[in-house]
Amino acid sequence: MSNLLVDVNNLTIGYHNKMGELVHVLRDVSLQIKPGETLGLVGESGCGKSTLGQAMMGYLRSGSMVVGGTAQFEDTEMFSLTDRQLEAVRGNQIALIPQNAGQSLTPTMRVGKQIIETLRLNTDISKDDANKRMLELLGQVRLPHPEVMAARYPHELSGGQQQRVAVAMALAGEPVMLILDEPTTGLDVTTQAHLLELLCEIVTDTGAAMMYISHDMGVIARVSDRVAIMYAGEIVEDASSADIFNLPAHPYTRGLLESIPRLAIAGIPYSMPGQPPIPGVLPGCAFAPRCSFVTDICTSEPPTLDTIPEKPHWVSCHLWEQVIETDFSQELQDVFHTIKHKTTDENSIDISDLEITYYRADLLDRLRNTLEPPSTVSGVTFSVQRGETLALVGESGSGKSTIVRTISGLLPAKGGRIQFDDCDLTVNVADRPMHTCKRVQLIFQNPDASLNPRHTVAEIIDQPLKLYFPEMTRAERRERQIELLDRVRLDERYRLRYPGQMSGGEKQRVAIARAFAADPELVLCDEPTSSLDVSVQAAVLDLLADLQNERDTTYIFITHDLAVVRAFANRVIVLYQGRLCEVGSVDEIYSPPYHPYTETLLDAVLEPDPSTRPKLIAKDIPELTPPAQGCPFQRRCLKNIGEICDSEIPPWQTAENGKEHKIRCHIPMQELLANQESVLPV
Amino acid sequence: MTTAAQSAEKLTTIRRRSPAVETWENLRRSRAGMLGLLLIIFHLILALSSPYILPQDPFLMRSDVMSDAPSNEHIMGTDKLGRDIFSRSMLGGRVTIVVTILSTIIAITWGGLTGIFLGFLGGRADEILMRIVDALLSIPWLLVLLIIISILGTKMWVQTITFGFTYGILTIRVARAATLDYVSREFILAARARGERKRTIVLRELMPNVLDVLLVDGAMNWSWMLLSFTSLSFLGFGVTPPTPDWGYMIAENREILPIQPWSVFGPALMLSTLIIGINLFSDAFAKALGLDRSQGAPV
Repeated sequence: MSNLLVDVNNLTIGYHNKMGELVHVLRDVSLQIKPGETLGLVGESGCGKSTLGQAMMGYLRSGSMVVGGTAQFEDTEMFSLTDRQLEAVRGNQIALIPQNAGQSLTPTMRVGKQIIETLRLNTDISKDDANKRMLELLGQVRLPHPEVMAARYPHELSGGQQQRVAVAMALAGEPVMLILDEPTTGLDVTTQAHLLELLCEIVTDTGAAMMYISHDMGVIARVSDRVAIMYAGEIVEDASSADIFNLPAHPYTRGLLESIPRLAIAGIPYSMPGQPPIPGVLPGCAFAPRCSFVTDICTSEPPTLDTIPEKPHWVSCHLWEQVIETDFSQELQDVFHTIKHKTTDENSIDISDLEITYYRADLLDRLRNTLEPPSTVSGVTFSVQRGETLALVGESGSGKSTIVRTISGLLPAKGGRIQFDDCDLTVNVADRPMHTCKRVQLIFQNPDASLNPRHTVAEIIDQPLKLYFPEMTRAERRERQIELLDRVRLDERYRLRYPGQMSGGEKQRVAIARAFAADPELVLCDEPTSSLDVSVQAAVLDLLADLQNERDTTYIFITHDLAVVRAFANRVIVLYQGRLCEVGSVDEIYSPPYHPYTETLLDAVLEPDPSTRPKLIAKDIPELTPPAQGCPFQRRCLKNIGEICDSEIPPWQTAENGKEHKIRCHIPMQELLANQESVLPV
Repeated sequence: MTTAAQSAEKLTTIRRRSPAVETWENLRRSRAGMLGLLLIIFHLILALSSPYILPQDPFLMRSDVMSDAPSNEHIMGTDKLGRDIFSRSMLGGRVTIVVTILSTIIAITWGGLTGIFLGFLGGRADEILMRIVDALLSIPWLLVLLIIISILGTKMWVQTITFGFTYGILTIRVARAATLDYVSREFILAARARGERKRTIVLRELMPNVLDVLLVDGAMNWSWMLLSFTSLSFLGFGVTPPTPDWGYMIAENREILPIQPWSVFGPALMLSTLIIGINLFSDAFAKALGLDRSQGAPV
């Protein structure tokens, strides 16, 4: 018996495409995991990381097959087991926690019962014992009041709580190996930080090994002892966490680390050119076309996995010796570049006392005279100057998307005013004159959903042109389409493509081109980069910044990612439950004093640096409706000073570190300042 | 030289096809679907060309060969008036096919557009109209068709419009359900935020996405309509005699079924091959489009 828990050797997995050709998903992958080890598996979308995770459980997607190599778990070849034998291994020895646990729970069954069912499936345990064990498990995943939680249905739990239940179910069989496939994607930053904390504790408590699959380097830095980097179906680098983050030896790892926006470094990070190839189509190194170190040998000969002497550090690069000689921390500083904002004194948009509610009283409510619940958004007042980027920051449910939808006229405002130059934007989009519509454009989060799948790129960009410039001839519009594609750095041949035939970054560029086709003055960006891979995120941010500078376009930028805000915005508004918490310029917001909520958000940010750790200063309780009175953050705030927070809306206090910096809190500014450390390096 | 770069090129060209081409390639891989398509094409060609290629005069009554068994001269025998069954069967689908195709087009156009509009508008208009649709669906339509046609007479345009209208009601529900999938997507929000008119959103944004469901629904409806039309015709409300028609031929000849089975089998064979063809095709078509049959089928 070897001392390895998982031993994957030269594993190649592929499928036959419609033309009957063999397409590889994994190529010659070798990976070992020791008992109790935590391994982070990193890669961008489509690199095969999930396929590898599933292969370790002996699972292949339908149509896929093992072309060569082995995947052993505790010295048993997983692909030689029968279904029945696999069943015994899965759940009992290896457990998988998928990305969307909410969907993997049965909606019609109480969660406690679901856990008991899992327990009794694997062991012949009595009902009472199973019940006891179930409560123990819920306690182990730090769910408050296990008895109460066990009686709930999945929809009565928040996303983070559902994920905790999924973890409890995975732990039911006391597995020696946990595979986590992006379990925190889609959760709020604070919830994510708490869940990762829990996972780390569980691994320490149970001694189980863990493989954590993610695209997020910050998350990986938090949880793993060792990190493996995947690119185009191959493992390109495998080393201890400290080595990966401080002395990366593969140019791809470097590129990946350099393309992540950071709190500590202002400015937009590096953007990698190109996109990953299909595994196995390039004769040499798969990364060669995007690599800045590239030489002749890279394009002709595939590299092999070399060991860096005296270290458990493997890298698949011809030139790793040259790569590690260049100082990474210096390089990291150099790739960041700040964008210049032209600031004008001219106000572009003025919003005063905006109030929005989704509540519609129906007949029964009116008869019963039901009290109206607090509005989703209330008392929001701000203005944006021409050519400026204002970031609206907050977790899901903070009302940031609601505000933007109201500005674009898709949702009615209950009260307040939105004044845009001389136009009143409080009215519904259907009642706005066309020239007003033209001036305000939207860019959505997910280009998969925001582009019509049945239209070609030409048709997509043509729509605003036809609508806003009816005088243009077909030939003029065609010319304009090509010009717009050029402005978003896409070749004119893209005109004939459908959204399904483009990568995420390309699709988002088309969505940007569509917004800019109108020649807008105000662009509302709803998390435009959060669905993109990190390596293209920076390029899209750069593009948005360039387009802004050409015409002094004003941006209102929604995001939950504070590192992106630091890179891209020049003014920030922090929202909680549809109420303002803090406003200020970027530099002011990122240095103390902070609003307690801002402090929570900043501390939950996971920097790609294993030496940092989130502090978890707020309670992780989900809130669905704003409190009826007092400070919106009262229930989660650890600094709550009692009565006054629960009853009175806090006053605006001006911070001394800048003229625009204002915080809405009952705690005196001096006291806040005294207890807070800056998140930025001094 | 087959380098990796070439195969990379090939892989990217595969992905650069339009949805129509993609669907056709998927369809071509289905043997059942191609058989269905061939059967449909066969019947369409026959309907268009039968008057010119008939081996016998379908109207000629011969007292010498009444209810005769198949012979060299009459390969499916004759009916009780001594007319050639084979020729009559070949000609018997003309009116049926023309009427049902036209009504299918009417049904998916009016039903489809109404359904998409209702799905897009939502709200009270949608509520009220859908309840009316539910009420209409509870009526036994064959009876209503009988009444309408007996009042207005067995004219082709009357039949076409009544069929198109009644089957369109089924399509409303299908189109509305398919639309609801799309109305909350961001590209519709984007169009609304741009200030596009409702008509443009329905026709340019929603229609292309719902079209595949509508086409499959149309194909299914077509086969249902064929059956209904033949039933009407069987009851004597289809085609004016002596024009041959499958349904009416079966009605005419059912008494001589024991002595001349071909007089009924002939038209039945023609009708069933067409309906089987349509069903095989629509099944494969739905799969080629990536739809499930249950989604496109009338409820």
